[in-house]
Amino acid sequence: MKDFISLEAINRRDLLLGFGVAGAAVVLLAGVPAQAQADDSWEAALKKVVGDAKPIEGKITLDMPEIAENGNTVPFSVSVDSPMTEQEFVKAVHVFSTGNPQPVVATFHFSPQSGKAAVSSRMRLAKTQDIVCVAELSDGQFALAKRTVKVTIGGCGG
Amino acid sequence: MSTKPRIRVPDTAKVGEVIEVKTLISHIMETGQRKDRDGKPIPRNIINTFTATFNGKEVFKVDLQPGISANPYMAFHMRVPGPGDLELSWLDDSGAKIVEKVKINVS
Repeated sequence: MKDFISLEAINRRDLLLGFGVAGAAVVLLAGVPAQAQADDSWEAALKKVVGDAKPIEGKITLDMPEIAENGNTVPFSVSVDSPMTEQEFVKAVHVFSTGNPQPVVATFHFSPQSGKAAVSSRMRLAKTQDIVCVAELSDGQFALAKRTVKVTIGGCGG
Repeated sequence: MSTKPRIRVPDTAKVGEVIEVKTLISHIMETGQRKDRDGKPIPRNIINTFTATFNGKEVFKVDLQPGISANPYMAFHMRVPGPGDLELSWLDDSGAKIVEKVKINVS
C-alpha cells in the first residue's frame, strides 16, 4: 500500500513535470509561427509602408467588383483625389491583399507628370478577402481604402 | 515575352491635357507557388517592373508582384507637356525586356 502511494506520488510529479515541459513547448511552438506569420502578413507589409503614421480615410477610391467569379483576373481601379502638381502629388499607391499567399499585389509610382493619380489593372485573388490600398502623398500623409471581394473560384493555380 | 504588347493612346492631344495610356502584354506571370506534375515547384517568372518615360523623364512606374494576373493590363494617365515619344518597358524575372515607343501627337 505504501509502495503504491509513493509510486503515485512519483507519477504525479512526473506528470506535473511533463505538463511543464509540454506547456513550455506549446508556448515555444505558438510563439514561432506567430512571429513567422507576422513577417508574411499584410499587416506587416502595410506597416512597412505606413510606419507609425495613421492613414486618413477618403481621398482614395478603390473600384472592384463585389463578386468575382474568376479569381484569376479581377479588375481593379485605384484613383486618388489630388491636383498632381509639383507641390502636391501622390507619390505612390500600394495595393495589399489580405488573403493571398503574398500580401503585396503591386506598387504604383506616380509623378507630377502623371496628371492624374489613377490606375487600372487586374489581380489574382486566392479566396474571398479584403483588398487594402494605401496612397503615399507628397506631404507625408497616407490615405487608405478597403474593399471586400467575394471570390467564387480562387486564382492561385494548383 | 514574344508577342508585341498592345498600346493605346489618343490620336492627338492638346498641350497640358491629361491622357490615358492603356497597355496589355502577354506574359504567363508564373507565381512560383505552383508545382509541376512531379511535385517540383515551378520557378517564379513574372514581369516585375513596368516603366513609362516621356522624352526621357519617368512618368509612371509599377513594381509588380505575383498577385497581378497573367497578361498584365495597365492603364495609367500622363500630362502631355508637348510632342514626343512615350517609351514603355516591361522587365521580367528572366531578365527579358521589351521596350516599345509610341509617338504622342500634339494638335
